[in-house]
Amino acid sequence: MKQEREVILNPMCLAIPGEVLAVEDERATVDVGGVEQEVRLDTLSEDVAEGDYLLVHTGFAIQKLSPEEAQETLSLFDELIETNKQLEEEREV
Amino acid sequence: MKFKFKDRERADELVQLINRRVPDRRIKIVHVCGTHEVAITENGLRSLLPDRIDIREGPGCPVCVTPTSDLDAALKLAERGAIITAFGDMMNVPGTAKSLNELKSEGADVRLVYSVSEGAKIAENTEKQVVFLGVGFETTTPMTAAILKDDPPENFSILPSNKLIPPAMKSLLELPDNDIDGFIAPGHVSTIIGVRPYESLAEEYGVPIVVGGFEPLDILYALALIMNQISNSDPKAENGYNRAVDYEGNPKSKKLIKEVFKETDATWRGIGTIPNSGLTLNRNYEEWNALNRFEVEPEEGIEEPPNCLCPQVITARATPGECELFKEKCTPSSPYGPCMVGEEAMCNIWYRYGGRPKL
Ligand code: SF4
Repeated sequence: MKQEREVILNPMCLAIPGEVLAVEDERATVDVGGVEQEVRLDTLSEDVAEGDYLLVHTGFAIQKLSPEEAQETLSLFDELIETNKQLEEEREV
Repeated sequence: MKFKFKDRERADELVQLINRRVPDRRIKIVHVCGTHEVAITENGLRSLLPDRIDIREGPGCPVCVTPTSDLDAALKLAERGAIITAFGDMMNVPGTAKSLNELKSEGADVRLVYSVSEGAKIAENTEKQVVFLGVGFETTTPMTAAILKDDPPENFSILPSNKLIPPAMKSLLELPDNDIDGFIAPGHVSTIIGVRPYESLAEEYGVPIVVGGFEPLDILYALALIMNQISNSDPKAENGYNRAVDYEGNPKSKKLIKEVFKETDATWRGIGTIPNSGLTLNRNYEEWNALNRFEVEPEEGIEEPPNCLCPQVITARATPGECELFKEKCTPSSPYGPCMVGEEAMCNIWYRYGGRPKL
């Protein structure tokens, strides 16, 4: 029987993060938004292990993401906001 | 993993920062990615920003810029009995005579796939020739390369219509009547190519280019970096999406593209031919080129129907609202021009969010 699959209309524009559940050779099983998906790893330079986060595009991993890096992004936002505030204060003085 | 990229407090801070930095004149910011346009309209970001910041989508929708000639070639291949596999959005793009969907309703075997590997799998299970319509930007090209390097079935081939973003950005900067003050560079294209390819553009044209992510905070952050550069008169290429983009991009994917493809001049719907802006299969992979295999010569097609403003919209020189057919003769259920077809195309997005999005 043909399996029903959610039609993603614009896959070529999307890259979605997912968590690696298992790795075998050049393939990983990844939880992408609650759906298990087989993802090819031959487009990725880094090694991948269970628990890693991957950015997935049309069934291929294009980047390894780390929760720390996500945190780092937030600190970058805050840093910019802080520097700006300081500059403003200096200007006001 | 929980990204807190929607939090209101940080958004307010970033908006304040943008407000303080933006010069007192109209500022035109162009992004080149449908996903950016969706994020901007969906989250009503334009309404948070001062009116004089005019954000537009350039040639960022692969569906809109695929020339009629490539679609017509796909139609020819289907008529010769090949199974055509394509991404969903391509199905409704009008070719000169018809779209893939129309051809399908006439009995041709046209199948919607989610990945090039699905196309290869279909080929494994049939004797027939299977062609994958290879559209897309740098993000999508490494996958096709990976499949071709991985011993694909002999009855599988590619209709290469892959395009490169930096040459398209350059072509916009070359337009004399295009006053672009800054670019938000596409996040996932940059995941592959990195930040370096934008450096010479930023330098040559004195324009800030900041790689942006797709959460509302990412986009505001990219805009804040652009405004910072403008107010410091320091235009450069900068990475505003560090968690997904490395300076050098993804070396493995870049290598795959290099091994399988070569640069070529390409026609962009709405823009015309841009030198070295496309990719086709290189000498070692020529036999997988469907055009060679079926001896099909792409012929120049009719690009836009009369009075469609797509060429202006794609080059960020007009907004969909300026087109008199918008919402009248041209709607997503009955698209008149290519910019209304893709879910990531500007006319389509603006239609869905109600005219000029100011939420
Ligand atoms: S609204 Fe339709 S006709 Fe007008 S520019 Fe957009 S796609 Fe073309």
